[in-house]
Amino acid sequence: MALELLKERWSNAVNTVTIGATKEEGGTRTSIVKAGGETCLPFMLNEGGMPHKPVLAMEIFDIAPQDWPDILKEPFKDVYEDPAKWAKRCVDEHKAELLCLRLQGTHSDFGNRSADETAKVVKSVLDAVGVPLIILGTGDEEKDNIVLAKTSEVAKGERCLLGDATEKNYKTLTASCLADGHNIIGESPIDINIAKQVNILISDMGLGSERIVINPTIGALGYGMEYAYSIMERARLAALNGDKMLSMPFICFIGQEAWRAKEAKGPESEHREWGPESKRGPMWEFITAVSMLQAGADILIMRHPKALEETRKYINNLLGA
Amino acid sequence: MGLSGLEIYKLLPKTNCKECGFPTCLAFAMQIAAKKVSLDKCPHVSEEAKKKLESASRPPINLVTIGSGDEKLEIGNETVMFRHEETFYHPAGIGFLVDDDMPQAEIDKKISSIEALRFERVGQRIEVNLIALNNKSRNKDNFLSALEKITEKSKLNLVLMSDSVETLKAAISVAKEKKPLLHGANKENLDPMVSLAKESSSALCISSSSLEDLSALAEKAASGGINDLVLDPGVKSLREMIESLTYIRRMALRKSYRPFGYPTIAFTRQSDPFEEAGEAASLIAKYAGIVILRNTETWQALAVLTCRQNIYTDPQKPLQVEPQIYEIGSVTGESPVLVTTNFSLTYYTVESEVEAGKVPSYIISVDSEGMSVLTAWAAEKFTAEKIASALKESGIENKVKHKEVIIPGYVSVMSGKLQEESGWSVKVGPREASGIPAFLKGMKK
Ligand code: SF4
Repeated sequence: MALELLKERWSNAVNTVTIGATKEEGGTRTSIVKAGGETCLPFMLNEGGMPHKPVLAMEIFDIAPQDWPDILKEPFKDVYEDPAKWAKRCVDEHKAELLCLRLQGTHSDFGNRSADETAKVVKSVLDAVGVPLIILGTGDEEKDNIVLAKTSEVAKGERCLLGDATEKNYKTLTASCLADGHNIIGESPIDINIAKQVNILISDMGLGSERIVINPTIGALGYGMEYAYSIMERARLAALNGDKMLSMPFICFIGQEAWRAKEAKGPESEHREWGPESKRGPMWEFITAVSMLQAGADILIMRHPKALEETRKYINNLLGA
Repeated sequence: MGLSGLEIYKLLPKTNCKECGFPTCLAFAMQIAAKKVSLDKCPHVSEEAKKKLESASRPPINLVTIGSGDEKLEIGNETVMFRHEETFYHPAGIGFLVDDDMPQAEIDKKISSIEALRFERVGQRIEVNLIALNNKSRNKDNFLSALEKITEKSKLNLVLMSDSVETLKAAISVAKEKKPLLHGANKENLDPMVSLAKESSSALCISSSSLEDLSALAEKAASGGINDLVLDPGVKSLREMIESLTYIRRMALRKSYRPFGYPTIAFTRQSDPFEEAGEAASLIAKYAGIVILRNTETWQALAVLTCRQNIYTDPQKPLQVEPQIYEIGSVTGESPVLVTTNFSLTYYTVESEVEAGKVPSYIISVDSEGMSVLTAWAAEKFTAEKIASALKESGIENKVKHKEVIIPGYVSVMSGKLQEESGWSVKVGPREASGIPAFLKGMKK
């Protein structure tokens, strides 16, 4: 008797989000990326498809990074004072297909840079590279609303991905994205119901659901990774089963979380049994990425070039180069 | 899939002799169905009935034990495809491969590097479980002498890998007490391997890269009387591996497909430590019962073992630390006092940042039923009253000469109330633990 495997048949697909606009589309990007579109659980390609490979973005700041360990600063130490140069380094040397610019310098603890000054930084990065941009505030609601509104204007038509919108603070950013043609990140605190609620609130303002990305707020390997893992699995199962308000791709801030772990950044001199941090740090970021990919991550924001390279290899190994 | 009382009754002698302690066979059957008594209370039950009942009460995926004593490894008996549906119960065994064609000195070195892969993090021990000895040389004596080295130097559980029945037979005769997993049976040697496993009461691994063949072999082995089977879906790409492991688990759980009702073993293929760790983490997440690696770098194993720890954490029961005072560094009467919740992730995050700040401090974990700061605050498990009583009852007043407590920035609103309740002055700390080192250093000035 032939063995008949139980195959899943899903009724719905994850939305495809397009980031970046070329000249023909009213922007100035030389390349664009598409994320999402899955019709199966992660890598179960004989039950559906993953038309777009998970996208790897590199994270850069508008100011020199404040709390990065040396291991992480090393590859960028000659460029990180200048965001445009930093951006170019990521694209030219590390082949990043997408960049994530965090406007850290706008926070009152880190210089309180004005919206106008920040707009110049954003412009300089847009001019320096041709890849699409993700642009993030700092989580300070009042300041973000001023800074991101201005940022959205100067990047009008570039079809960036802007974030984060939250349940309590989504209106200003949604309005900017509507006016200037950007996509939006909806953030929720490891909570599937709030994730859905944020998506509904944003959609209700008229922004199409194919322009929304879910930030489920992950934890690093060893620091709550499993909570996000399960929230993402639940949301993805709901999406494949037809829940349109959870059918958005996931964005995961891998580098940000992984490099908070002491297992990533703790020096070998203090943790002999763990081995050299030059390997351990990138490994921690890489395995955090692998875990999130297995839960359905679509856009991964990476920090260390080695972790980026290994994650890219991993994805190519699973989906073909 | 348990049987009903009536179905069990049909298998009993129906003589109502009362020797089981119940008035009738039917009454006894009902109690068995309710899992209140076991079948052996009836002295007259037939062998055939016993078998039927046993197989009916088996879980959809068998529990298989490798090794004995405290370090034994139990795998299988999983009940769900996704952690959130319940939990994953039996953490995947992590093992490392030793080839028997290596020079003695290298085998020694390999064993000690495997033995070193034990760590402690967030209050739990995470460690390697197995050594897989591979008969790469295809020579019996090599295999036996490597085995001798391993049993002499290590208490880890064993996977004995050879397709030669004779070699495994010789090996098992010296390592029987260790209850190793035999790896094992394939299309060519199934019958003699099954007999060997039966004779030595060892668990047996069955390998085939075709799921169809794998199920046929498992069925045959099971009908040969072996319950302790482990399935090896063979050497294939990671994507095919994930697929195979998913189908094996899914068929067992959703279709009660017996030939796949066993735990699995998976071998990594990549030689680079990064690539291999990526494979291993994926196999852990996607249902492997045992994962065998080659590289033994500590920085690789730490990540892989942590991944297992995370995936096998029960989502229903957040890990907690004992609510008490923790002393970080060489504390004195002047050291700062911080409070946080007893959710282990929260506590250990705070602890590691305090360590990083290099300012000796006390941390008091307040019993918040294992919730994080914001959740516990919202649920009124981390209130001014709770913190005040923790300050009083922990005995911190006898340890420090000051009365100043640092609370998480997220609960700054409780400052006034806490001051009132406790008589301690309250200092608001950073919102995120990552701000602690700078905060503590700033205080010292
Ligand atoms: S001992 Fe067995 S045969 Fe006798 S009453 Fe109980 S079940 Fe029936």
